[in-house]
Amino acid sequence: MEHTVDTIAAVATSMSAPAGISIVRVSGSDALAVAAMVFTPARSDRPVRDMDGYTGAYGKVRDAQGAFDEAVLWVYRAPKSYTGEDVAEICCHGGAVVTRRLLRACLEAGARLAQAGEFTRRAVLHGKLTLPQAEAVMGLIGAQNELSAKCALRAYEGAAYQEICAVRDALLHIIAQQSAFIDYPDEDIDDMDAEEMLSRMNDAAQRLQRLLRNYDVGEAVREGIPTVIVGKPNTGKSTLMNLLAGYDKSIVTDVAGTTRDVVEGTLCVGDVLLRAADTAGIRDADNAVERIGVDRSLSRLRGAALILAVFDASRPFDEEDLRVLEEIRAVKTMGVHAIAVYNKTDLDCVLELPDGDAALFDAQVSLCAKSGGNLEALIHAIEGAADLGDIRMGAAPLASERQRDCAARAFTFVMDAARALRDGVTVDAVCSTLDLAVGALLELTGEVVSDAVVSQVFASFCVGK
Amino acid sequence: MTESEAELQIQSEYQCSHKGESWFIRMYEMGEYDIIVIGGGHAGCEAALAGARLGLRTALFTMTLDGIANLPCNPSIGGTAKGHLVREIDALGGEMGKAADATFLQSRMLNRGKGPAVHSLRVQTDRVRYHGYMKKVLEKTEGLSVKQAEVVRVELDGNGTVCGVVTRLGARYGARVVIVATGTYLESTVFVGEESYAAGPDGVLPSRGLSASLREIGVVLRRFKTGTPARIHRRSIDFSRLEEQNGDENITPFSFSTTRELENKVSCYVSYTNEKTHQVIRKNLHRSPLYSGKIEGVGPRYCPSIEDKVVRFADKPRHQLFLEPMGLDTDEFYVQGMSSSLPEDVQLAFMRTIEGLEHVEVMRSAYAIEYDCCDPTQLLPTLAFKDIPGLYGAGQFNGTSGYEEAAAQGLVAGINASMWLKGKEPLILERSSSYIGTLIDDLVTKGCNEPYRMMTSRSEYRLLLRQDNADDRLMERGYQVGLVKEAQIKALQDKREQIEKEIARVEKVTLGPSQELNQLLQEKGTAPLHSGTTVADLIRRPQLSYADLAPFDPDRPDLPYAVKEQVEIRLKYEGYIRKQLAQVEMVKRLEERKLPEDADYRSIVGLRLEAQEKLERIRPLNIGQASRISGVSPADVSVLLIWLDQQR
Repeated sequence: MEHTVDTIAAVATSMSAPAGISIVRVSGSDALAVAAMVFTPARSDRPVRDMDGYTGAYGKVRDAQGAFDEAVLWVYRAPKSYTGEDVAEICCHGGAVVTRRLLRACLEAGARLAQAGEFTRRAVLHGKLTLPQAEAVMGLIGAQNELSAKCALRAYEGAAYQEICAVRDALLHIIAQQSAFIDYPDEDIDDMDAEEMLSRMNDAAQRLQRLLRNYDVGEAVREGIPTVIVGKPNTGKSTLMNLLAGYDKSIVTDVAGTTRDVVEGTLCVGDVLLRAADTAGIRDADNAVERIGVDRSLSRLRGAALILAVFDASRPFDEEDLRVLEEIRAVKTMGVHAIAVYNKTDLDCVLELPDGDAALFDAQVSLCAKSGGNLEALIHAIEGAADLGDIRMGAAPLASERQRDCAARAFTFVMDAARALRDGVTVDAVCSTLDLAVGALLELTGEVVSDAVVSQVFASFCVGK
Repeated sequence: MTESEAELQIQSEYQCSHKGESWFIRMYEMGEYDIIVIGGGHAGCEAALAGARLGLRTALFTMTLDGIANLPCNPSIGGTAKGHLVREIDALGGEMGKAADATFLQSRMLNRGKGPAVHSLRVQTDRVRYHGYMKKVLEKTEGLSVKQAEVVRVELDGNGTVCGVVTRLGARYGARVVIVATGTYLESTVFVGEESYAAGPDGVLPSRGLSASLREIGVVLRRFKTGTPARIHRRSIDFSRLEEQNGDENITPFSFSTTRELENKVSCYVSYTNEKTHQVIRKNLHRSPLYSGKIEGVGPRYCPSIEDKVVRFADKPRHQLFLEPMGLDTDEFYVQGMSSSLPEDVQLAFMRTIEGLEHVEVMRSAYAIEYDCCDPTQLLPTLAFKDIPGLYGAGQFNGTSGYEEAAAQGLVAGINASMWLKGKEPLILERSSSYIGTLIDDLVTKGCNEPYRMMTSRSEYRLLLRQDNADDRLMERGYQVGLVKEAQIKALQDKREQIEKEIARVEKVTLGPSQELNQLLQEKGTAPLHSGTTVADLIRRPQLSYADLAPFDPDRPDLPYAVKEQVEIRLKYEGYIRKQLAQVEMVKRLEERKLPEDADYRSIVGLRLEAQEKLERIRPLNIGQASRISGVSPADVSVLLIWLDQQR
């Protein structure tokens, strides 16, 4: 029996910003019929229904009111398409009005609006993607800079998958060895001693830990590192923010205390994505409005993973700079990085930090925010502080929070098993704990499926993918 | 025709066929039963006993009455995971554990060092007395007829439902249920070296004709193979050169109702093969039917013949073997670990290279045997054939190996046949409830490509499914079915109460850091106390046992060993047990998502072809079972979940 699949449509490109072109994607048994109703090829001798897979045509899109834009239609034939079904991708001009009208025309032609993640779900259901790959697709879509796109691609290619399989097999080896010993008491099988079991477990634990660490770094790469720019008033924080952003985000004047509230922006700095907040200068303000701004600066400081402390190099170190140092010292713990930025190097440099306070910072950079002089050094320092480590070297990151959760559980179980073995707990309990670790890894790779996995994987898709 | 003429009417004739030959048999009616069991092995015995004890008119047919409950391979019951099965059979009201307790020669608890989950009871048993015990139990059972006859045909009525059997002599018996438990006898062939002949184990006739009848009614048969080692004469063994292996001092019985003191009666002996043995085997490999390709049947990887071991583990300088007495009334010894299908002269030559066997006298040669068995994916978890109402399969016929696996299935088939006839709920044991449930789920869901043997590693719930708590897990199920008596349930409840009470007590009793106690703690390699600690917390330490603390716990009540054992295990493994219980809960959610019986898997969008075929054939009861079918991928399971959602 021939299967028919209902036909879905959605805008596949971003609708949140103006773009040159937009794509409406249609997938399902009637995808080409829908396309034929909304798209008229310029060459009337080549109707849509006769188009081969992986071919395109130029023409016009229309609805009941008539033609409304020029467009290009790409046709993919099942199973050689993203979803494994017949797919039509119609590229029109990028305006929101035109794009919506095209989508509406597709719906009127018989398609239904795709649910979140439905295209990718269909790709999984048709065996085009594995679950981990589907998660990586989300990563690719969400990638905001080159490194995170690279990470997502590596996850898609299954590098983490291979590492997970290697760990799984290492654990299975221990379990299998013990099982063989237990199940064949008459077969003279060597008993793996506790030392060897422990060393194998430790090795597996380390590999899992590396994956987890890379994920955390990878998350910073993907989501951006929460960053705060602080300093006493009028050191050039907003100028630095604008320099990093590449355009004016913050209002810059010579008047100390111009920035009264937090200005935020996502900044792409080298390989690193920063979720940066430019804050009001920290000082004991008399003005009530400014005081609120200062409080907000301090609260931002507490949530940051990266602190850019800006000092005015042209003025001597003073009480207000000291106050800033104290605030940083209060929040600086493991995992929080800080960089001292000595600004205004175009003027005479007189600032000197008190002895020992320089140790508070991971790096110190002198630059001129106004002209952009020595920006390279700051970028380098930020990349260093972000500690991209293995990720940059091409290590495989896990693709999602769900995968991380599985790996983290596996890690905990392996550690539990190792501890139990060291404490003298019997092998049956040790191995059953290792079983749980293997179970978590199988769940990660999609070899064991539960309701939760399926819904968790698909819940986080955006419409159109 | 009048009755006085005393000539009975010939009902009809039917054609019997075997290997291309066919002949007509004149049939005559000989009786009517609710349940007919074909086969008197371990599966057949449990099935027939369960049926009769549950009040159904039952008949057991065997090729020979002298072969009932025979142990044609090793003279032992139990072993790793198999011991668990026997205790579960006992908890459900089966007979095997009692028979083993009544006739054993030596008892050992295996894997003592590896923790309670894998402790496994194994006994050497007296082969003839075991047979005698079981035959007598069958004979004494009300409502059970035991008959020596070869069943050659299973009959279906017009609706395709089982209605009776016909024997080789033409006797027809009506039956509402037929349980096939033919073991290794179905069209069996014995191989020794280059020679082969049609026979069952121990010189019994093979079953000829029944296979054709089963195929005719839709049973898919295939060929499996197994083997057994030689039996040798006691006087030819030089025991002075062998390691002696004794039984346990404190014997744990198999049956929860065995209360008498048990004692070991014999010893076993250990020896090893050597390079010379292996040379003899390697030189003569070409004379083995396994290597010359004469045997087509699939043998078990986990129970290799000695020639298999020598070839596959070529780097191993020696293999262990055990000499086990076959009974108190015989001088036959079983040579465990040396199963072979090499010719007799080669067998003798390689055995004589072994220390202690230099002058060995063989009484029965080792052989391989090939037989027909069914594809268990044709079965429901009740062990009924999906498409043949009234037909059940049990034991080696279902593709397993081993007495214990067989008995477990026989019991379940017997119970479910009875429940079906009475119109009651079937007994379907979950994987998390028992090794029996795991065994049957594996068989009917995954099928088997080689004789299936139970192993502890087949269960994901090992810490829950211990041999020590089979009563706690299953006895109530046996009671609900009607095989376990009220008194046993009462005893179980008393035991549970005692356990709870004692756990509550040791959780309360606090011991101070006395010098004596700290000395004990240090001797046992665990940290001394600095302040008061409960007895329970001390028992939780891996280095200490419940018994160790007796001198410091003067108010300890006098409790049976089984109670003390549970107290100790529950305290020590609390955390691990809790984790497995959580796992059971998670899996349960998938088991609760039932798949409709009439699901048309071929019409479900997105299922891969292989998955469609497998699901169509196996017809899983729920998503959990579906996810365990090999060939059904996680993607297919997600399709099923989405499809189920749409059905609501």
